[in-house]
Amino acid sequence: MERITPLLWLLFSAGGTVAAFFIPIHLFLTGLAFPLGWLEAPSYESVLRLMGRSPVRLYLFVIISLPLFHWAHRFRYTLYDGLQLKHLTMLIAVLCYGAALLGTAVTAYLLWTIP
Amino acid sequence: MNVGPHYTLYHPRWYRRRVSVWWWLQKRSYTGFVLRELTSVFVAFFAVVYLWQLRALAQGPDAYAQFLARLKTPLFLTLDTVAFLFVLFHAITWFNLTPKAMVVRARGKRVPDWVIIGSNYAAWLVVSAAVAVVLLRG
Amino acid sequence: MASTIALTVARYRPEREAAPIFQTYDIPFRKDWVVLDGLNHIKDTQDGSLSFRWSCRMGVCGSCGMKVNGTPKLTCATFLSDYLPGPVRVEPLDYFPVVRDLVVDLSDFMRKLRQVKPWIIREEESPADGEYLQTPEQLDTYKQFSMCINCMLCYSACPIYGLEPSFIGPAVIALAQRYNMDSRDQGAAERHKILSEHDGIWQCTFVGECTKVCPKHVDPAGAIQQYKLTSATRWVKSLLLPWSAR
Repeated sequence: MERITPLLWLLFSAGGTVAAFFIPIHLFLTGLAFPLGWLEAPSYESVLRLMGRSPVRLYLFVIISLPLFHWAHRFRYTLYDGLQLKHLTMLIAVLCYGAALLGTAVTAYLLWTIP
Repeated sequence: MNVGPHYTLYHPRWYRRRVSVWWWLQKRSYTGFVLRELTSVFVAFFAVVYLWQLRALAQGPDAYAQFLARLKTPLFLTLDTVAFLFVLFHAITWFNLTPKAMVVRARGKRVPDWVIIGSNYAAWLVVSAAVAVVLLRG
Repeated sequence: MASTIALTVARYRPEREAAPIFQTYDIPFRKDWVVLDGLNHIKDTQDGSLSFRWSCRMGVCGSCGMKVNGTPKLTCATFLSDYLPGPVRVEPLDYFPVVRDLVVDLSDFMRKLRQVKPWIIREEESPADGEYLQTPEQLDTYKQFSMCINCMLCYSACPIYGLEPSFIGPAVIALAQRYNMDSRDQGAAERHKILSEHDGIWQCTFVGECTKVCPKHVDPAGAIQQYKLTSATRWVKSLLLPWSAR
Protein backbone atom coordinates (compact mmCIF):
# COMPACT_ATOMS: atom_id res chain seq x y z
CA MET A 1 0.00 0.00 0.00
CA GLU A 2 2.79 2.37 0.91
CA ARG A 3 4.66 1.82 -2.33
CA ILE A 4 1.74 2.89 -4.48
CA THR A 5 0.77 5.94 -2.37
CA PRO A 6 2.33 8.33 -4.91
CA LEU A 7 0.23 6.72 -7.65
CA LEU A 8 -2.93 7.01 -5.57
CA TRP A 9 -2.17 10.66 -4.87
CA LEU A 10 -1.57 11.33 -8.58
CA LEU A 11 -4.91 9.72 -9.43
CA PHE A 12 -6.56 11.82 -6.70
CA SER A 13 -4.99 15.01 -8.09
CA ALA A 14 -5.84 14.21 -11.69
CA GLY A 15 -9.36 13.26 -10.67
CA GLY A 16 -9.77 16.44 -8.65
CA THR A 17 -8.60 18.59 -11.55
CA VAL A 18 -10.90 16.85 -14.03
CA ALA A 19 -13.75 17.12 -11.54
CA ALA A 20 -13.12 20.82 -10.95
CA PHE A 21 -13.00 21.73 -14.63
CA PHE A 22 -15.62 19.46 -16.17
CA ILE A 23 -18.16 18.30 -13.63
CA PRO A 24 -19.84 21.62 -12.77
CA ILE A 25 -21.03 22.29 -16.33
CA HIS A 26 -22.04 18.67 -16.95
CA LEU A 27 -23.95 18.46 -13.69
CA PHE A 28 -25.61 21.80 -14.33
CA LEU A 29 -26.79 20.78 -17.79
CA THR A 30 -27.73 17.16 -17.15
CA GLY A 31 -29.04 17.61 -13.63
CA LEU A 32 -30.75 20.98 -13.78
CA ALA A 33 -30.96 22.78 -17.13
CA PHE A 34 -32.17 19.84 -19.23
CA PRO A 35 -34.67 18.29 -16.74
CA LEU A 36 -36.11 21.71 -15.87
CA GLY A 37 -36.39 22.64 -19.52
CA TRP A 38 -34.21 25.75 -19.31
CA LEU A 39 -32.20 24.42 -22.26
CA GLU A 40 -33.04 21.81 -24.85
CA ALA A 41 -31.54 18.43 -24.13
CA PRO A 42 -29.86 16.61 -27.02
CA SER A 43 -31.96 13.79 -28.47
CA TYR A 44 -31.11 10.10 -28.18
CA GLU A 45 -29.96 10.05 -31.81
CA SER A 46 -27.69 13.07 -31.49
CA VAL A 47 -26.09 11.67 -28.33
CA LEU A 48 -25.35 8.40 -30.10
CA ARG A 49 -23.96 10.37 -33.01
CA LEU A 50 -21.66 12.31 -30.66
CA MET A 51 -20.51 9.06 -29.14
CA GLY A 52 -19.65 7.70 -32.55
CA ARG A 53 -16.31 9.43 -32.26
CA SER A 54 -13.63 7.82 -30.12
CA PRO A 55 -12.33 11.09 -28.62
CA VAL A 56 -15.78 11.56 -27.10
CA ARG A 57 -15.70 8.04 -25.62
CA LEU A 58 -12.24 8.66 -24.24
CA TYR A 59 -13.42 11.96 -22.77
CA LEU A 60 -16.37 10.25 -21.09
CA PHE A 61 -14.09 7.57 -19.70
CA VAL A 62 -11.83 10.23 -18.22
CA ILE A 63 -14.62 12.28 -16.63
CA ILE A 64 -16.18 9.21 -15.03
CA SER A 65 -13.15 7.16 -14.01
CA LEU A 66 -10.74 9.78 -12.65
CA PRO A 67 -13.32 11.46 -10.40
CA LEU A 68 -14.09 8.03 -8.93
CA PHE A 69 -10.45 7.64 -7.94
CA HIS A 70 -10.50 11.19 -6.57
CA TRP A 71 -13.46 10.23 -4.38
CA ALA A 72 -11.86 6.94 -3.30
CA HIS A 73 -8.68 8.58 -2.01
CA ARG A 74 -10.33 11.54 -0.34
CA PHE A 75 -13.19 9.58 1.21
CA ARG A 76 -10.80 6.97 2.55
CA TYR A 77 -8.84 9.64 4.44
CA THR A 78 -12.03 11.35 5.61
CA LEU A 79 -13.28 8.11 7.17
CA TYR A 80 -9.88 7.42 8.67
CA ASP A 81 -9.46 10.90 10.19
CA GLY A 82 -13.01 12.11 10.59
CA LEU A 83 -14.45 9.03 12.20
CA GLN A 84 -11.15 7.76 13.60
CA LEU A 85 -11.70 4.32 12.12
CA LYS A 86 -8.03 3.39 12.41
CA HIS A 87 -8.61 -0.29 13.02
CA LEU A 88 -10.53 -0.63 9.74
CA THR A 89 -7.94 1.15 7.63
CA MET A 90 -7.16 -1.77 5.28
CA LEU A 91 -10.86 -2.61 4.81
CA ILE A 92 -11.73 1.02 4.03
CA ALA A 93 -8.90 1.31 1.52
CA VAL A 94 -9.89 -1.90 -0.25
CA LEU A 95 -13.57 -0.88 -0.38
CA CYS A 96 -12.86 2.62 -1.69
CA TYR A 97 -10.27 1.83 -4.34
CA GLY A 98 -12.12 -1.36 -5.19
CA ALA A 99 -15.29 0.60 -5.86
CA ALA A 100 -13.35 3.02 -8.06
CA LEU A 101 -11.79 0.15 -9.99
CA LEU A 102 -15.19 -1.49 -10.43
CA GLY A 103 -16.70 1.75 -11.70
CA THR A 104 -13.81 2.20 -14.08
CA ALA A 105 -14.21 -1.34 -15.41
CA VAL A 106 -17.97 -0.93 -15.94
CA THR A 107 -17.41 2.41 -17.69
CA ALA A 108 -14.80 0.91 -19.98
CA TYR A 109 -17.08 -2.02 -20.79
CA LEU A 110 -20.07 0.22 -21.59
CA LEU A 111 -18.01 2.61 -23.70
CA TRP A 112 -16.58 -0.31 -25.62
CA THR A 113 -19.92 -1.98 -26.34
CA ILE A 114 -22.28 0.93 -27.09
CA PRO A 115 -22.90 0.89 -30.87
CA MET B 1 20.42 11.01 46.40
CA ASN B 2 22.93 9.97 43.76
CA VAL B 3 21.33 7.63 41.28
CA GLY B 4 22.60 6.47 37.87
CA PRO B 5 21.77 8.58 34.79
CA HIS B 6 19.20 6.08 33.43
CA TYR B 7 16.94 5.95 36.47
CA THR B 8 14.24 8.57 36.82
CA LEU B 9 13.34 8.86 40.48
CA TYR B 10 10.30 11.01 40.00
CA HIS B 11 8.74 11.57 36.61
CA PRO B 12 5.79 13.98 36.59
CA ARG B 13 2.53 12.58 35.32
CA TRP B 14 1.94 14.24 31.95
CA TYR B 15 -1.60 15.04 30.92
CA ARG B 16 -2.72 13.92 27.46
CA ARG B 17 -6.12 14.93 26.23
CA ARG B 18 -7.88 12.45 23.98
CA VAL B 19 -9.04 13.91 20.63
CA SER B 20 -12.83 13.72 20.50
CA VAL B 21 -14.48 12.03 17.53
CA TRP B 22 -16.34 15.34 17.09
CA TRP B 23 -13.07 17.25 16.65
CA TRP B 24 -14.24 18.51 13.28
CA LEU B 25 -17.21 20.34 14.81
CA GLN B 26 -15.13 22.21 17.36
CA LYS B 27 -13.71 24.81 15.01
CA ARG B 28 -15.29 26.49 11.99
CA SER B 29 -12.23 25.95 9.84
CA TYR B 30 -12.19 22.24 10.71
CA THR B 31 -15.86 21.92 9.73
CA GLY B 32 -15.18 23.75 6.48
CA PHE B 33 -12.34 21.34 5.81
CA VAL B 34 -14.54 18.27 6.35
CA LEU B 35 -17.24 19.76 4.09
CA ARG B 36 -14.59 20.28 1.45
CA GLU B 37 -13.53 16.66 1.77
CA LEU B 38 -17.14 15.50 1.58
CA THR B 39 -17.49 17.17 -1.84
CA SER B 40 -15.78 14.03 -3.09
CA VAL B 41 -18.98 12.09 -2.34
CA PHE B 42 -20.91 14.31 -4.75
CA VAL B 43 -18.14 14.06 -7.31
CA ALA B 44 -18.63 10.29 -7.12
CA PHE B 45 -22.40 10.82 -7.31
CA PHE B 46 -21.93 12.57 -10.65
CA ALA B 47 -19.74 9.75 -11.93
CA VAL B 48 -22.39 7.20 -10.97
CA VAL B 49 -25.18 9.22 -12.61
CA TYR B 50 -23.19 9.44 -15.85
CA LEU B 51 -22.37 5.75 -15.63
CA TRP B 52 -26.07 5.06 -15.29
CA GLN B 53 -26.76 7.32 -18.26
CA LEU B 54 -24.28 5.33 -20.34
CA ARG B 55 -26.04 2.13 -19.33
CA ALA B 56 -29.41 3.59 -20.31
CA LEU B 57 -27.94 4.67 -23.64
CA ALA B 58 -26.71 1.14 -24.25
CA GLN B 59 -30.13 -0.31 -23.53
CA GLY B 60 -31.94 1.72 -26.18
CA PRO B 61 -34.15 4.82 -26.64
CA ASP B 62 -36.87 3.71 -24.23
CA ALA B 63 -34.45 3.09 -21.39
CA TYR B 64 -32.80 6.42 -22.12
CA ALA B 65 -36.14 8.24 -22.05
CA GLN B 66 -36.92 6.53 -18.75
CA PHE B 67 -33.58 7.69 -17.38
CA LEU B 68 -34.23 11.28 -18.46
CA ALA B 69 -37.70 11.12 -16.90
CA ARG B 70 -36.19 9.95 -13.61
CA LEU B 71 -33.91 12.99 -13.61
CA LYS B 72 -37.01 15.18 -13.60
CA THR B 73 -38.37 13.76 -10.35
CA PRO B 74 -38.17 16.04 -7.27
CA LEU B 75 -35.82 13.59 -5.57
CA PHE B 76 -33.23 13.81 -8.31
CA LEU B 77 -33.69 17.53 -8.84
CA THR B 78 -32.97 18.06 -5.15
CA LEU B 79 -30.01 15.67 -5.17
CA ASP B 80 -28.64 17.32 -8.29
CA THR B 81 -28.96 20.80 -6.83
CA VAL B 82 -27.15 19.79 -3.64
CA ALA B 83 -24.54 17.93 -5.66
CA PHE B 84 -24.05 20.90 -7.96
CA LEU B 85 -23.43 23.21 -5.00
CA PHE B 86 -20.94 20.81 -3.47
CA VAL B 87 -19.16 20.30 -6.79
CA LEU B 88 -18.93 24.08 -7.19
CA PHE B 89 -17.41 24.24 -3.71
CA HIS B 90 -14.92 21.58 -4.76
CA ALA B 91 -13.96 23.49 -7.91
CA ILE B 92 -13.52 26.80 -6.11
CA THR B 93 -11.42 25.36 -3.27
CA TRP B 94 -9.41 23.29 -5.76
CA PHE B 95 -8.55 26.28 -7.96
CA ASN B 96 -7.72 28.44 -4.96
CA LEU B 97 -5.32 25.86 -3.56
CA THR B 98 -3.56 24.95 -6.83
CA PRO B 99 -0.79 27.58 -6.52
CA LYS B 100 0.19 26.08 -3.16
CA ALA B 101 1.00 22.74 -4.71
CA MET B 102 2.42 23.91 -7.99
CA VAL B 103 4.99 26.64 -7.77
CA VAL B 104 5.61 28.10 -11.21
CA ARG B 105 8.79 30.07 -11.65
CA ALA B 106 9.27 32.47 -14.52
CA ARG B 107 12.48 34.41 -15.03
CA GLY B 108 13.76 33.52 -11.57
CA LYS B 109 10.73 34.77 -9.65
CA ARG B 110 7.74 32.89 -8.40
CA VAL B 111 4.58 33.59 -10.42
CA PRO B 112 2.10 35.28 -8.03
CA ASP B 113 -0.77 33.14 -6.77
CA TRP B 114 -3.50 35.31 -8.29
CA VAL B 115 -2.13 34.72 -11.78
CA ILE B 116 -2.39 30.97 -11.37
CA ILE B 117 -5.81 31.13 -9.74
CA GLY B 118 -7.05 33.56 -12.39
CA SER B 119 -5.82 31.32 -15.19
CA ASN B 120 -7.64 28.41 -13.61
CA TYR B 121 -10.93 30.27 -13.53
CA ALA B 122 -10.43 31.52 -17.09
CA ALA B 123 -9.72 28.00 -18.32
CA TRP B 124 -12.78 26.79 -16.41
CA LEU B 125 -14.99 29.28 -18.24
CA VAL B 126 -13.57 28.30 -21.62
CA VAL B 127 -13.95 24.59 -20.93
CA SER B 128 -17.50 24.95 -19.63
CA ALA B 129 -18.49 27.02 -22.65
CA ALA B 130 -16.98 24.43 -25.00
CA VAL B 131 -18.85 21.57 -23.32
CA ALA B 132 -22.11 23.51 -23.39
CA VAL B 133 -21.70 24.29 -27.08
CA VAL B 134 -21.04 20.65 -27.93
CA LEU B 135 -23.99 19.38 -25.92
CA LEU B 136 -26.44 22.04 -27.11
CA ARG B 137 -25.56 21.95 -30.77
CA GLY B 138 -26.34 18.24 -30.78
CA MET C 1 -10.48 52.31 28.43
CA ALA C 2 -10.66 49.34 30.72
CA SER C 3 -8.34 49.38 33.71
CA THR C 4 -8.24 45.65 34.32
CA ILE C 5 -8.69 42.53 32.25
CA ALA C 6 -9.19 38.93 33.34
CA LEU C 7 -6.91 36.09 32.25
CA THR C 8 -8.39 32.61 32.65
CA VAL C 9 -5.34 30.39 32.77
CA ALA C 10 -5.17 26.61 32.61
CA ARG C 11 -3.43 25.12 35.62
CA TYR C 12 -2.19 21.58 35.90
CA ARG C 13 -0.15 20.43 38.86
CA PRO C 14 0.25 16.67 38.60
CA GLU C 15 0.90 16.39 42.32
CA ARG C 16 -2.51 17.95 42.97
CA GLU C 17 -4.81 17.46 39.99
CA ALA C 18 -5.69 14.61 37.70
CA ALA C 19 -6.70 16.98 34.88
CA PRO C 20 -6.20 20.66 34.08
CA ILE C 21 -8.41 23.24 35.81
CA PHE C 22 -8.86 26.94 35.11
CA GLN C 23 -7.90 29.80 37.38
CA THR C 24 -8.87 33.41 36.71
CA TYR C 25 -6.59 36.32 37.49
CA ASP C 26 -7.39 40.02 37.18
CA ILE C 27 -4.47 42.00 35.85
CA PRO C 28 -4.06 45.68 35.00
CA PHE C 29 -4.84 46.43 31.40
CA ARG C 30 -2.15 48.30 29.48
CA LYS C 31 -2.61 49.18 25.85
CA ASP C 32 0.86 47.95 24.92
CA TRP C 33 0.80 44.72 26.92
CA VAL C 34 0.86 41.32 25.31
CA VAL C 35 -0.46 38.11 26.86
CA LEU C 36 3.07 37.22 27.94
CA ASP C 37 3.30 40.48 29.89
CA GLY C 38 0.07 39.51 31.61
CA LEU C 39 1.41 36.07 32.51
CA ASN C 40 4.62 37.55 33.85
CA HIS C 41 2.64 40.04 35.91
CA ILE C 42 0.66 37.19 37.43
CA LYS C 43 3.81 35.27 38.22
CA ASP C 44 5.54 38.30 39.72
CA THR C 45 2.72 39.68 41.83
CA GLN C 46 -0.12 37.20 42.26
CA ASP C 47 0.87 33.57 41.86
CA GLY C 48 4.53 32.62 41.64
CA SER C 49 3.66 28.99 41.00
CA LEU C 50 2.41 29.64 37.45
CA SER C 51 4.74 27.85 35.01
CA PHE C 52 5.25 28.79 31.38
CA ARG C 53 8.01 29.06 28.81
CA TRP C 54 9.26 32.29 27.25
CA SER C 55 12.55 33.79 26.19
CA CYS C 56 13.13 36.51 23.63
CA ARG C 57 9.70 38.19 24.00
CA MET C 58 9.97 39.43 20.44
CA GLY C 59 8.77 36.57 18.25
CA VAL C 60 12.01 34.94 17.14
CA CYS C 61 12.73 32.19 19.62
CA GLY C 62 9.52 30.18 19.41
CA SER C 63 9.31 29.43 23.15
CA CYS C 64 6.09 31.16 24.19
CA GLY C 65 3.57 29.30 22.04
CA MET C 66 0.21 28.78 23.78
CA LYS C 67 -3.47 28.71 22.94
CA VAL C 68 -5.15 32.10 23.39
CA ASN C 69 -8.95 31.86 23.18
CA GLY C 70 -8.61 28.54 21.40
CA THR C 71 -6.10 29.62 18.75
CA PRO C 72 -2.40 28.76 18.91
CA LYS C 73 -0.42 31.99 19.15
CA LEU C 74 2.90 33.39 20.27
CA THR C 75 1.95 35.04 23.54
CA CYS C 76 4.68 37.64 23.09
CA ALA C 77 3.01 38.79 19.87
CA THR C 78 -0.63 38.70 20.99
CA PHE C 79 -1.93 42.00 22.31
CA LEU C 80 -4.39 42.07 25.20
CA SER C 81 -6.15 45.01 23.56
CA ASP C 82 -7.35 42.68 20.80
CA TYR C 83 -9.28 40.65 23.37
CA LEU C 84 -11.14 43.39 25.23
CA PRO C 85 -13.19 43.24 27.33
CA GLY C 86 -11.93 39.75 28.09
CA PRO C 87 -11.64 37.32 29.77
CA VAL C 88 -8.72 35.91 27.83
CA ARG C 89 -8.41 32.13 27.99
CA VAL C 90 -4.81 30.89 27.99
CA GLU C 91 -4.13 27.18 27.61
CA PRO C 92 -1.14 25.02 26.73
CA LEU C 93 -0.66 23.96 23.08
CA ASP C 94 -2.91 21.15 21.89
CA TYR C 95 -1.73 17.66 20.99
CA PHE C 96 1.37 17.74 23.17
CA PRO C 97 1.49 16.16 26.63
CA VAL C 98 1.12 18.81 29.33
CA VAL C 99 3.95 18.70 31.84
CA ARG C 100 2.75 21.46 34.13
CA ASP C 101 0.41 24.45 33.76
CA LEU C 102 1.25 25.92 30.35
CA VAL C 103 4.39 23.88 29.70
CA VAL C 104 4.21 21.04 27.16
CA ASP C 105 6.68 18.34 26.26
CA LEU C 106 8.24 18.82 22.84
CA SER C 107 10.52 15.78 22.66
CA ASP C 108 8.34 14.18 19.96
CA PHE C 109 9.04 17.09 17.65
CA MET C 110 12.75 17.12 18.50
CA ARG C 111 13.03 13.47 17.63
CA LYS C 112 11.21 13.89 14.32
CA LEU C 113 13.26 16.95 13.37
CA ARG C 114 16.49 14.99 13.72
CA GLN C 115 15.12 12.26 11.48
CA VAL C 116 14.92 14.53 8.43
CA LYS C 117 18.55 15.66 8.81
CA PRO C 118 17.97 19.43 8.81
CA TRP C 119 21.48 20.38 7.75
CA ILE C 120 23.39 20.75 4.48
CA ILE C 121 24.36 17.30 3.25
CA ARG C 122 27.16 17.17 0.73
CA GLU C 123 29.36 14.50 -0.78
CA GLU C 124 32.50 16.61 -0.32
CA GLU C 125 32.60 19.16 2.46
CA SER C 126 34.27 22.34 1.25
CA PRO C 127 33.89 23.56 -2.34
CA ALA C 128 36.93 23.88 -4.53
CA ASP C 129 37.21 27.65 -4.48
CA GLY C 130 36.59 28.26 -0.79
CA GLU C 131 32.93 29.30 -0.49
CA TYR C 132 29.48 28.33 -1.72
CA LEU C 133 28.02 30.72 -4.26
CA GLN C 134 24.28 31.23 -4.38
CA THR C 135 22.28 33.64 -6.51
CA PRO C 136 19.34 35.62 -5.07
CA GLU C 137 17.01 33.49 -7.22
CA GLN C 138 18.39 30.30 -5.67
CA LEU C 139 17.95 31.78 -2.20
CA ASP C 140 14.39 32.73 -3.05
CA THR C 141 13.36 29.12 -3.66
CA TYR C 142 13.84 28.10 -0.03
CA LYS C 143 14.05 31.30 1.99
CA GLN C 144 10.42 31.24 3.11
CA PHE C 145 10.85 27.78 4.66
CA SER C 146 13.99 28.88 6.50
CA MET C 147 11.96 31.34 8.56
CA CYS C 148 10.66 28.58 10.85
CA ILE C 149 11.34 29.27 14.54
CA ASN C 150 10.18 25.83 15.75
CA CYS C 151 7.38 27.36 17.78
CA MET C 152 5.08 24.34 17.27
CA LEU C 153 1.94 26.40 16.65
CA CYS C 154 1.47 24.46 13.40
CA TYR C 155 1.49 21.11 15.21
CA SER C 156 -1.04 22.48 17.63
CA ALA C 157 -3.31 23.54 14.79
CA CYS C 158 -2.99 20.37 12.70
CA PRO C 159 -5.90 18.00 13.41
CA ILE C 160 -4.04 15.17 11.68
CA TYR C 161 -1.23 15.45 14.22
CA GLY C 162 -3.82 15.29 16.95
CA LEU C 163 -5.48 12.21 15.46
CA GLU C 164 -2.25 10.50 14.42
CA PRO C 165 0.62 11.44 16.75
CA SER C 166 3.07 9.49 14.59
CA PHE C 167 2.55 12.00 11.74
CA ILE C 168 5.86 13.67 11.13
CA GLY C 169 4.25 17.10 11.08
CA PRO C 170 4.24 20.41 9.18
CA ALA C 171 7.33 22.15 10.57
CA VAL C 172 9.56 19.12 10.03
CA ILE C 173 8.47 18.76 6.41
CA ALA C 174 8.89 22.49 5.79
CA LEU C 175 12.39 22.35 7.24
CA ALA C 176 13.24 19.28 5.18
CA GLN C 177 12.07 21.20 2.12
CA ARG C 178 14.20 24.17 3.18
CA TYR C 179 17.23 21.95 2.81
CA ASN C 180 15.98 20.01 -0.21
CA MET C 181 15.53 23.24 -2.16
CA ASP C 182 18.84 24.72 -1.05
CA SER C 183 21.21 24.71 -4.00
CA ARG C 184 24.12 23.82 -1.73
CA ASP C 185 22.43 20.67 -0.48
CA GLN C 186 22.80 17.20 -2.01
CA GLY C 187 20.80 15.22 0.51
CA ALA C 188 17.31 15.11 -1.06
CA ALA C 189 17.52 11.36 -1.61
CA GLU C 190 18.37 10.69 2.02
CA ARG C 191 15.47 12.77 3.27
CA HIS C 192 13.09 11.23 0.77
CA LYS C 193 13.11 7.92 2.59
CA ILE C 194 11.69 9.26 5.84
CA LEU C 195 9.39 11.80 4.18
CA SER C 196 7.74 9.29 1.87
CA GLU C 197 6.84 6.85 4.63
CA HIS C 198 3.25 6.37 5.67
CA ASP C 199 3.68 8.80 8.57
CA GLY C 200 5.46 11.30 6.37
CA ILE C 201 3.89 13.63 3.85
CA TRP C 202 1.11 11.22 2.83
CA GLN C 203 -0.74 11.60 6.13
CA CYS C 204 -1.35 15.24 5.31
CA THR C 205 -4.74 16.01 3.81
CA PHE C 206 -4.08 19.70 3.23
CA VAL C 207 -6.29 21.04 5.98
CA GLY C 208 -4.19 24.19 5.79
CA GLU C 209 -4.49 25.18 9.46
CA CYS C 210 -0.75 25.05 9.91
CA THR C 211 -0.18 27.84 7.40
CA LYS C 212 -2.96 29.88 8.98
CA VAL C 213 -1.38 29.96 12.43
CA CYS C 214 2.28 30.22 11.45
CA PRO C 215 3.63 33.49 12.90
CA LYS C 216 6.54 33.63 10.43
CA HIS C 217 4.54 32.96 7.24
CA VAL C 218 6.51 29.83 6.46
CA ASP C 219 3.52 28.22 4.67
CA PRO C 220 4.22 24.62 5.74
CA ALA C 221 1.07 23.43 3.94
CA GLY C 222 2.52 24.71 0.68
CA ALA C 223 5.83 23.00 1.41
CA ILE C 224 4.06 19.70 2.00
CA GLN C 225 1.96 19.86 -1.16
CA GLN C 226 5.02 20.80 -3.21
CA TYR C 227 6.89 17.86 -1.80
CA LYS C 228 3.97 15.54 -2.59
CA LEU C 229 4.30 16.59 -6.20
CA THR C 230 8.08 16.18 -6.12
CA SER C 231 7.79 12.75 -4.54
CA ALA C 232 5.12 11.62 -7.02
CA THR C 233 7.19 12.86 -9.97
CA ARG C 234 10.20 11.04 -8.58
CA TRP C 235 8.12 7.88 -8.24
CA VAL C 236 6.94 8.09 -11.86
CA LYS C 237 10.51 8.68 -13.00
CA SER C 238 11.73 5.67 -11.06
CA LEU C 239 9.09 3.56 -12.81
CA LEU C 240 9.77 4.81 -16.31
CA LEU C 241 13.51 5.31 -16.03
CA PRO C 242 14.70 2.85 -13.40
CA TRP C 243 18.29 3.22 -14.44
CA SER C 244 18.58 6.89 -13.56
CA ALA C 245 19.85 6.97 -10.01
CA ARG C 246 19.01 10.12 -8.15
